Amino acid sequence: MDVEAAKMIGAGLAVFALLGVGIGLGNIFSSLLTGISRNPEASKELFSKAILGFALTESVALLAFIVSLLILFK
Amino acid sequence: MDPLNQFQVKTYIPLSFLGIDISVTNASLFMVLSVGLFCILSLMATRSRSLVPTKMQSLVENTYTFLNTLLQEFCGEEGLKYFPYIFSLFIFVLFSNLLGLIPGAFTSTSQLVVTGTLALTVFVSVTIIGLIKHGFKFFRLFLPDGVPFYVVPILVPVEILSYFMRPVSLAIRLFANMVAGHVMIKIFASFAVMIAGTAFLPLSILPLIVNTAVTFFEVVVALLQAYVFTILSCIYLNDALKLH
Repeated sequence: MDVEAAKMIGAGLAVFALLGVGIGLGNIFSSLLTGISRNPEASKELFSKAILGFALTESVALLAFIVSLLILFK
Repeated sequence: MDPLNQFQVKTYIPLSFLGIDISVTNASLFMVLSVGLFCILSLMATRSRSLVPTKMQSLVENTYTFLNTLLQEFCGEEGLKYFPYIFSLFIFVLFSNLLGLIPGAFTSTSQLVVTGTLALTVFVSVTIIGLIKHGFKFFRLFLPDGVPFYVVPILVPVEILSYFMRPVSLAIRLFANMVAGHVMIKIFASFAVMIAGTAFLPLSILPLIVNTAVTFFEVVVALLQAYVFTILSCIYLNDALKLH
């Protein structure tokens, strides 16, 4: 196989981590909605914790993104 | 059009001190700028202090209160001693992120060196604070209470490893967020340029619309990442102060 083509395929495969991140983010916000609808008073507290979880999960996606960029441009 | 071109460090004024390269580069210039900007902002806001605050004054005051309650929430009363550090950390990251969003400006937090230094400073200072406060008992951090003895040989190395991965994840998170956002903006901008060169010139408005949305999203991310960086520093500080 051509090296250039293999690079492209590798970069595509590297962002497969987004599958898990998507599921994770969906989980976080669905739980947030459930929590808020059960107890609307706690929404402020829940939201800041959900944002923290969002950022932690999103960083996995960004790691995958950086890996794919490294493959493409290095 | 290489989307990573914008992260190149350019030297403006070459300087050298005792063999150490301290040249003024675009990275260091924007770091100084972000600190200077906040200094000017807060000086202007507090110049005429009044009981009923002006808009500027309440902006700065609310930032102060926001971080104060944040620190108190995560570390309790004894964490308030470290408030100046947490405050400057938040302001520095926030202003570097936001300044980078101005077209043509440089994002100093998109350099792994900068975020790595920030994260290492947090890591080292938190470890030293914990060691001074608890002495040898600080190492109980790696062994939570009530763990069955047969789990200990697995748990302790994992805890130690995760402790040393903290600065790495802290640095990479901020760095990756900034790089990814700016690369995304650049890619959509180059789509617009590419379409403009063909027969479908009016269609180049589409990537521009997307780019506007992405820029708005990046402002949110800039705020969020500064917030997350601060919160995680607070959590690490709390760990060192209270040992689980």
